[in-house]
Amino acid sequence: MNGETDITGADGVPDPVTADLRLSVNGVPRPVTVDTRETLLDTLREHLGLTGAKKGCDHGQCGACTVLVDGRRALSCLTLTVTADDVEIVTVEGLADGDALHPLQAAFIENDALQCGYCTPGQLCSAAGALAEAADGWPSAVTPDLSAPPRLDETEIRERMSGNLCRCGAYPGIVAAVGQVAR
Amino acid sequence: MKTEARPSVGAALERVEGVEKVTGRARYAYENFPDELAYAVPVQATVARGTVLAADVDAVVRLPGVIAAVWHGNAPRLAPADNAELAVLQSDRVSYRGQYVAVVVAETLQCAREAARLLRIDYDAEPHDVELRADHPEMYRPDRVNAGYPADTELGDPDAALAAAPVLVDATYRTPAEHNNPMEPHATVAVWSGDGLTLHDSTQGVSALRETIAPLFGMPPENVRVISPHVGGGFGSKGAALPPVVLAALAAKHAGRPVKLAVTRQQMFAVTGYRTPTIQRVRLGADTGGRLTAIVHEAFEQSSRLREFAEQTTTPTRVMYAAPDRRTAHRLVRLDVPTPAWMRAPGEAPGMFALESAMDELAVACGIDPVELRIRNEPAAEPESGLPFSSRNLVACLREGARRFGWAGRDPTPAARTRGRMLVGTGVAASTYPVYRRPSRASARCDPDDRFTVRIAAADIGTGARTILTQVAADALRVTPDRVRVEVGDTALPAASLAGGSAGTASWGTAVVRACEALLEELDRRGGDVPAEGLEATADTAEEVGEQPEYARHAFGAQFAEVGVDLDTGEARVLRLLGVFAAGRIVNPVTARSQFVGGMTMGMSMALLEESVMDHEFGDYLNHDLAQYHVPTAMDLPDVQAYWIEEDDPHLNPLGAKGIGEIGIVGTAAAVANAVHHATGVRVRDLPIRLDKLVR
Ligand code: FES
Ligand code: FES
Repeated sequence: MNGETDITGADGVPDPVTADLRLSVNGVPRPVTVDTRETLLDTLREHLGLTGAKKGCDHGQCGACTVLVDGRRALSCLTLTVTADDVEIVTVEGLADGDALHPLQAAFIENDALQCGYCTPGQLCSAAGALAEAADGWPSAVTPDLSAPPRLDETEIRERMSGNLCRCGAYPGIVAAVGQVAR
Repeated sequence: MKTEARPSVGAALERVEGVEKVTGRARYAYENFPDELAYAVPVQATVARGTVLAADVDAVVRLPGVIAAVWHGNAPRLAPADNAELAVLQSDRVSYRGQYVAVVVAETLQCAREAARLLRIDYDAEPHDVELRADHPEMYRPDRVNAGYPADTELGDPDAALAAAPVLVDATYRTPAEHNNPMEPHATVAVWSGDGLTLHDSTQGVSALRETIAPLFGMPPENVRVISPHVGGGFGSKGAALPPVVLAALAAKHAGRPVKLAVTRQQMFAVTGYRTPTIQRVRLGADTGGRLTAIVHEAFEQSSRLREFAEQTTTPTRVMYAAPDRRTAHRLVRLDVPTPAWMRAPGEAPGMFALESAMDELAVACGIDPVELRIRNEPAAEPESGLPFSSRNLVACLREGARRFGWAGRDPTPAARTRGRMLVGTGVAASTYPVYRRPSRASARCDPDDRFTVRIAAADIGTGARTILTQVAADALRVTPDRVRVEVGDTALPAASLAGGSAGTASWGTAVVRACEALLEELDRRGGDVPAEGLEATADTAEEVGEQPEYARHAFGAQFAEVGVDLDTGEARVLRLLGVFAAGRIVNPVTARSQFVGGMTMGMSMALLEESVMDHEFGDYLNHDLAQYHVPTAMDLPDVQAYWIEEDDPHLNPLGAKGIGEIGIVGTAAAVANAVHHATGVRVRDLPIRLDKLVR
């Protein structure tokens, strides 16, 4: 809320505190100096030129900023960059192998799993993370048998992808694309 | 050169920018980095009505990293604007809570945000009025409603016809305020150089934006360049210029630095438009066989103090059903609220919820199947204008939808079916959307390597415009689409109409066809020789569009819904949604299906989820983020199917296409509400259908 704090000059407000980090993004070391208030999403987008991860809400409510941190899904808008200096970060730019698209990327195009494309990088990283979680035996809220390895049927995919909003409503394509790769 | 190819229109060409979008290479507005870039963060009014007395900008500019702080006291002066929303920081008046009253520019986003948070602003607050009521004493009749329609229409003597009708439906429906919420928040990077301005902006129309912005800053349009190759959705909210783009340009000018400004998700609920809430009274008079004798549809809506925006809520009722005596009307009240604006199918979406719910109530009252009821009231010509329809296949859509959905043999008894712990029911509603076409320009170019480039300042906001224009151009040039490159989203390209009113394909497609035809003619004249510097032709469709003969041009559709309502909690879920549309020729079945399904998904969400709740105490929308304003997830609509009936309509445009971007949301909410009634026996007349409205 603006107007709550009475300020009379710069004295009360300290200079920004910065930290020197050596991030590892998409397999490449990325030394960077960041404001300690900065989120990983802002660091990627504003300092590292990696604008693939999107800012849809900045509050952990939409999934557009999803990246992989040590192979697991993470919301980069809720991750302070200073906490990410000893992990391996993968963004949508790191999914493809050179010019060869990741199978999920190819399946998204084939199934028209995107319209405006703004949620797409987050959907892709989230899908990659979801496939890994299922492969590691993680159940979801709709897994019927917690003792058996989860089977990625349509309902499982819908549930596991439900943290990624798509206002264009490309869900049928997204679910089909993830299913195609899961099989 | 060789110019032969199989037709591309009608083929399932993959989205041409698909690879860019899945690899993260597609660049959206905020993702531009001019030299010397600074960050702008706006400050919003914390009162709903009043005046700004002071802003302590001097204290803020002393904060670390801060370059400038701008409020009306030190803001660059703008030329007077027709739209008072765009007179950003030009006066001390606050007209709604959340209005921009200042902006801070700093070296980093963090510093700008901190300073914006600390900027002290003093207000003289006045009592506000933010409540829409049908009996509000300041209700008035606007001269016209959105898209230029008359506010009121009347034929015959509807009051007498209602009084004499053997069957009467008289019901009041309400739709809430809704926010477009495209996934990409509105964003601008503004760069001044000399007396020119470049805007990387997330917009549905670069040409229109330039025409609006340039005069505000006292410049001819050619001094402004707007670049917008990729837009993360808009659904109407990026159609017209809004305060944030003006604020970004103004902040850059004041600070003497390029700035970037992104509206936060929370701010979007105040400064980027929304669908007005509506209160609608529908009265239907009919004979016992369900034939309508009278239709009266009245809508009450709101706008802001700053600008009159009157949603055309009852206009679909002028088109849908035959009845000799009829009236439609719009009334508006100006409140201390943000200005409503376009949201996917303005008018049709809320209006058809009311009309198609009322038709279902009439079907129940007459004991007639709701599909049959609609067929019985099919008009021979457009009911109010008397114009012939260029094509109208509502009946075919209803029949085809009923067949595919398995409607036959439906028992109309409400609250009579359960599945597990769910009451289940089915419902139907009709859809309609007008066919608009606007003047546009385009150029087509051939290079000696036999590659073609088509240029048009159109917008691809996720509709597939770039892809379908590639197909349209390929056919017009009689080549395969891989030899055609289409460039859109830049005022350096030939000026085009904005992406709105589902008019993109018709408007831009016409211009592209004409430019390609002109190029082929020129090539013919040269015996097929392409000079070393290439060959280019242009087209302007102003004349062609202005001269089109009078027809009633509309797309139609039928939507069928199956819902389940939890017996214990009252929670309603849509189990199945099926739509059949008649929208002229479908240029690309893949992108078209995505458009229909996307619209239907938003319609389902209008039925069950979406509602911006006005806080009467503080005067703003209370649930202003995506945790509290609910849009659908992948779990919310397990089965949605879209089909279409091919139409061969010679009265439209060279493509024979009607628009498809909006019709999918029209009627959906009524189909769901009608299904909820069938499931439970409860008629919900105010959206969204939350469980508290179903639990007794
Ligand atoms: S931007 Fe991170 S969840 Fe929305
Ligand atoms: S493709 Fe537009 S939000 Fe998902």
